[in-house]
Amino acid sequence: MARRLTAAIVGPGNIGTDLMFKIMRHAEHLELTQMIGVDPTSDGLARARRLGLEASDGGVDWMLSQGVLPDIVFEATSAKAHAANAPRYREAGITAIDLTPAAVGPYVCPPVNLEFNLDAPNINMITCGGQATTPMVKAVSSVVPVPYAEIVASISSKSAGPGTRANLDEFTESTSNALSVVGGAASGKSIIILNPVEPPMIMRNTVFCAIPDEAAEAGALQDRVTESIHAMVAAVQQYVPGYRLKSDPQFDSARANWNGYSRVAIFCEVRGRGDYLPDYAGNLDIITAASARVGDLVAAHRLETAGAQA
Amino acid sequence: MNTDVRITDTTLRDGSHSMSHRFTEEQVRSTVRALDKAGVQVIEVTHGDGLGGSSFNYGFSLVPELELIAAAVDEAERARIAVLMLPGLGTIHDLKAARAAGASIARIATHCSEADTSRQHFGAARELGFETVGFLMLAHMLSPSELAQQARVMADAGCQCIYVVDSAGALILDDASMRVAALVDELGDDAQVGYHGHQNLSFGVANSLLAQRAGARQIDGSLGALGAGAGNSPTEILVAAFERVGVTTGIELDVILEAAEEVVVPYMTRIPRMDRASIMQGYAGVYSSFLLHAEAAAERYGVPAHEILRRVGERRYVGGQEDMIIEIAIELAGELAGVAISG
Repeated sequence: MARRLTAAIVGPGNIGTDLMFKIMRHAEHLELTQMIGVDPTSDGLARARRLGLEASDGGVDWMLSQGVLPDIVFEATSAKAHAANAPRYREAGITAIDLTPAAVGPYVCPPVNLEFNLDAPNINMITCGGQATTPMVKAVSSVVPVPYAEIVASISSKSAGPGTRANLDEFTESTSNALSVVGGAASGKSIIILNPVEPPMIMRNTVFCAIPDEAAEAGALQDRVTESIHAMVAAVQQYVPGYRLKSDPQFDSARANWNGYSRVAIFCEVRGRGDYLPDYAGNLDIITAASARVGDLVAAHRLETAGAQA
Repeated sequence: MNTDVRITDTTLRDGSHSMSHRFTEEQVRSTVRALDKAGVQVIEVTHGDGLGGSSFNYGFSLVPELELIAAAVDEAERARIAVLMLPGLGTIHDLKAARAAGASIARIATHCSEADTSRQHFGAARELGFETVGFLMLAHMLSPSELAQQARVMADAGCQCIYVVDSAGALILDDASMRVAALVDELGDDAQVGYHGHQNLSFGVANSLLAQRAGARQIDGSLGALGAGAGNSPTEILVAAFERVGVTTGIELDVILEAAEEVVVPYMTRIPRMDRASIMQGYAGVYSSFLLHAEAAAERYGVPAHEILRRVGERRYVGGQEDMIIEIAIELAGELAGVAISG
């Protein structure tokens, strides 16, 4: 077997546990060695230990005091914790992949802009909504100018944990920002809706992009936008197989209360892989899947660079 | 002013749905002037979907809402100006901007079972010096005791009055008063209780009177019923009916009747009424502001609006999920095409 980079997960909650399964099952260039927490009674630590990982409740202090450090650390704690940990990882030469909204490093969505950030010491995974929608905005903005993009993310109430519920503003503001920084729109707005229906609804995202009037009319330009969207869906499906369009993209010319914009509307569903989290929680799955993907590709890049130098 | 109930007029917020969010500054000024003259104590002015609602999903505002709020504040001599915000759509930044524009009451709305998403916003609103009101929307979807537990979450977060909000116009008589009574029982002196009705099944005013008897102290209405679905409980009828049963509102009947008839009705682009689609909303329990969106999708895809709304009800979509209407219309159009081909 080819050499792999080593990795640790900090934060053994639901997200950290799902990420653990994804790396163990799907990563080709990463070997997960440690699960780090702070609570000795944590189920997540016990589960990691049963699966053969080194699991410690000694926190980041413990991890950094060991003789051998991981190459990559995945942060699945909170924005506040990551803000405190990030400089320590950096000092220790550990690459951080951050699943919290701390945004210490650049926002990354794998098929959109990972190639430009492969050497970044700290990578931020935006938000679940950002992972689900920035690829669609990018698909449109790479063909026509997008002066404004807007997304509506509907998630099941059951998949929204206490952290999300306590700070919806953090979600809306980070995601809006990413629609322009990553998606390539001139401005962005994001909306999140929690729906308690039973059985739980699968994560559903609507992406509206303002487009030139010409692209709203049937023709070659519109066809290119549609093709770009389908190609990007296929790119996301490489690491989130349950990512799919619910209908063809819908093009409409400007209406009276659309601020003068023509638009394309894209409806996509994200069904999770069910590695640990239930499949309706596509919102959680897409951020763990994207993180595992980023870790794997960063490791591949690092190994290749090292190989070339040797 | 000490009255038995405090009426909040929402013509300039819920009515924004019926106007497709196209209010002009002059319409806002003339409406505020008329409401203020009649003695209405609270006037709500915001995009129909709350602060930040101007969007593709809900419709862009003709005039930025902060300009409309500032105009309302400028015009009101006695009345206070309220704003609505929905966590997940609006943010604390929007609340700050509304406060700076002169609004003094923040009404924060969540789906009835998701009250805990409003905690940060109630905390921020109180710090900004707002009086606070909480909206538990689509209140028909929870039992009275479950709804009371959600009201408790809002009260503990700093909310001073929690409303039973019949967003679908689906509550019928006891359905409304039992929910109000459960909230009054749970909250005691910790917070007041309010009632916001819609006319989809025609019970807005009757439910409001029962709500007051069950202990509600704040009641919403709109002039000429201007509001989502078949409209809100008409403010002028609430004033007349409360006066007849000896409940004081502090509002002068003749002046509020004039406000509805001579100021608001003339600018309505659509008279709210109980038609096929809005009755279906009340019957199927669908968020009232979906109406115009369903009509637009019906026209675009050649399918009946009431069928879209029936399906929205079956899937239990909640406030804010206007985007699902397009998906259902596409689906219905596909089914109709399939029938045509196989037939």
